[in-house]
Amino acid sequence: MTHRTTVFGIGLVSIALGFSMLLAADDPPLETNHEFEAALKALLTVSKEGKGAAEAARAVRQLSGRPADVLPALLRPMDQASPEARNYLRAAIEAIADNTIAGGKPLPVKQLEAFLQDQAHDPKARRLAYDLLLRVDPTVPQRWLPGMLQDPSLELRRDAVALAMREAEAALASGDKGTARRKFEQAFQGARDRDQVDALAKHLKNLGVAVDIAGHFGFIRDWMLAGPFDNSGGVGFAAVYAPEKGVDPKQTYVGKQNLQVAWKPHSTTDPYGVVDLNKAIGKHMGAVGYAYAVVESPEARPVEVRVGSNNAVKVWLNGQEMIAHEEYHHGNRMDQYVGSGTLKAGRNEVLIKVCQNEQKEEWAQSWSFQLRLCDRVGSAVPVTVVKLRADQASAGTAEGREQP
Amino acid sequence: MKTELRTAAYLGGISFILLASAVQAGDWPQFRGPNGSGVSDEKGLPIRWSSEQNIRWKAELPGRGLSCPVIVGDRVYLTACSGYQQDRLHVLCFRAADGKKLWERQLWATGSTMCHPTTCMAAPTPVADAQGVYAFFATADVAAYDPDGHLLWYRSLSRDYPGIANNVGMAASPVVFGDLLFLPLENAGNSFALAVDRRTGATRWKVERHRDINWITPLVVSGEGRTEVLFQTSRDITAYDPETGKRLWSHEGGLSSVSSPILGRDRILVPGGDFTALKAASGSAAPEVLWKTNRIKTSYPSPVFLDGRIYTLNQAGILVCSDAEDGKTLWQVRLKGPFWATPVIADGKLYALNEEGTTFVVDLRTDDDEARILAQNRLEDKFLATPAIAHRSLFLRSDQFLYCIGEQ
Repeated sequence: MTHRTTVFGIGLVSIALGFSMLLAADDPPLETNHEFEAALKALLTVSKEGKGAAEAARAVRQLSGRPADVLPALLRPMDQASPEARNYLRAAIEAIADNTIAGGKPLPVKQLEAFLQDQAHDPKARRLAYDLLLRVDPTVPQRWLPGMLQDPSLELRRDAVALAMREAEAALASGDKGTARRKFEQAFQGARDRDQVDALAKHLKNLGVAVDIAGHFGFIRDWMLAGPFDNSGGVGFAAVYAPEKGVDPKQTYVGKQNLQVAWKPHSTTDPYGVVDLNKAIGKHMGAVGYAYAVVESPEARPVEVRVGSNNAVKVWLNGQEMIAHEEYHHGNRMDQYVGSGTLKAGRNEVLIKVCQNEQKEEWAQSWSFQLRLCDRVGSAVPVTVVKLRADQASAGTAEGREQP
Repeated sequence: MKTELRTAAYLGGISFILLASAVQAGDWPQFRGPNGSGVSDEKGLPIRWSSEQNIRWKAELPGRGLSCPVIVGDRVYLTACSGYQQDRLHVLCFRAADGKKLWERQLWATGSTMCHPTTCMAAPTPVADAQGVYAFFATADVAAYDPDGHLLWYRSLSRDYPGIANNVGMAASPVVFGDLLFLPLENAGNSFALAVDRRTGATRWKVERHRDINWITPLVVSGEGRTEVLFQTSRDITAYDPETGKRLWSHEGGLSSVSSPILGRDRILVPGGDFTALKAASGSAAPEVLWKTNRIKTSYPSPVFLDGRIYTLNQAGILVCSDAEDGKTLWQVRLKGPFWATPVIADGKLYALNEEGTTFVVDLRTDDDEARILAQNRLEDKFLATPAIAHRSLFLRSDQFLYCIGEQ
């Protein structure tokens, strides 16, 4: 049996087990479950390149006529569903909700609330349950959002932060600086979107509270940098230069135009962890720069590596390529590129390759990046960034700094 | 001689076509209307309107969008996006007569939502036919719904074909021909043109394209016994066999990556550094360049063609009317931009909508080749989407509202 066959077999067993778990006590009567199960299977087995779309479309139509009490049983499979299947499930859920509300019938509010409350469920599915509840009950935000400042759903968390911020602003307007400060601080701790973090940091600064934005997001600030290597004509993105085969901060290289390249430490003070390579390495066009960091993790854990850059970038975590995007000067945004991987307990190596092309326009001179380590919600993961020096061996220790 | 005759027969037969999948005259099924012409047969359109006058209805939208409304029968379809990350993709259906929202569906975006702040994930215009609507987003998510909002199929093209890269934001629109849906996915990474079966979403063919960001909507041209679908980038305009994806011919040059080509009776009018009029040759021979001129400049809006004349809006907001025979300027008039929307034409009038919400109504029935501005109609809203025309009405879309404007 091939590996692929094995995986497929495991997948089928998982789906079968999933169905039996999905058909819980609050699901439709047994005589309709067989039909429901078949329709659900069609939605869940839809796959890439439109495979299974015809069966899934039939299932959406069949399910659309079902009563609303099947909604929880359509939300639960989203926990394991593929992105394609989730969008099919959503289509069925929306159609059922439309028909139910148009027919003047109630949604299963208690079951939807139970689903919303259970943070183990898929964050997007929980937000969908929230939206369904909101359609029939305008008091939902006031009842639910105050407890959602640390919610795994980014959208729920964002609305909770917005609500807390409004309350803090109201307290500030009424002269209650103590309450305002407490609420701004709570909101800041929950905020994961840059616009909200910026607004809250400004409020807190005005109240005399200093905040560490880069630490809040988990940006790596301490790097070892090496460059320039050649990217004339764009050759550098695909080229495998020595740092990609293993980094030793003591090592030196022959770089672009025979320049002697050595690793040198660099710490950024930018609030969003931006490293300007034009300043840190020097102004070069058609060039590649590398940045290397070592982070200590107290435990093995999933992690997202998120990068923003106007330049073409590749990122490796412990030698595993996480991100590769060859696009130049079309825009730069925090969390522009995201790669998912695993931090080992102990020492982990992060390497980013930043390629600058040879465009002459003023707006194409940026050669920079920002990189952070976070969980899937965007919360900084607890790691210690090891400060390295060029005279240390690659395994050397140094004074560390805690990333909150 | 035989070849020449065959070529002449083919070229003579190139014409606007009504899409084969049951689109009726009077519908506005895609970006720039019937076959991307920007021209409607509708009569009795309004000349003047304001927030107080000739607004038949106005519907609030759940999110931003640069996509245009498309209209088939009594259904008006529209896309929008919302959320801090623009990862909620909306497909909406309104009743043309009164603006009642008939249904709304959402998708979760699966591709990158990175873009320039001016644009958004609901930038490509959907395309519709009697079977429903095909909604395409800048995230490379694409879905088909029947007229009652039932999902027919959905695909995540960013997962099917990883490596799509356009940090400015994709915006080219799909087109339908027969049972085929053509999807323009030219970009800086994994760049391709795709044809899928509009009934199932299954890939029919996929061809590699130049790697560069691009916003050009494909154009379908049909002649006697032959139909071609044209894809344009800044480097080339290439004709493919719609059924197989076989490359038929290509013309290379400094072409526009923003302003889409248009069919001008027997010629293909191609925006670019030099605005070029092409006559397709037979087989795989390079097309004949009839003329080219640097006097016709396009900015974000695409050209419109009617009765042997080309209408373009340049960066300075000047509306230029040129002769399609030789590219020479016939008249020009300064409007006030900036313009993102492509002008549309109906009932002898050209409607040019600027970003600030002013629509210039220009009379095209002039004997003296001088432009006459009939009206300037202001709505206090921001507009980037090209208007649609149907039901004796104009449909204007802002980030917040869909307006239906008609004589009352």
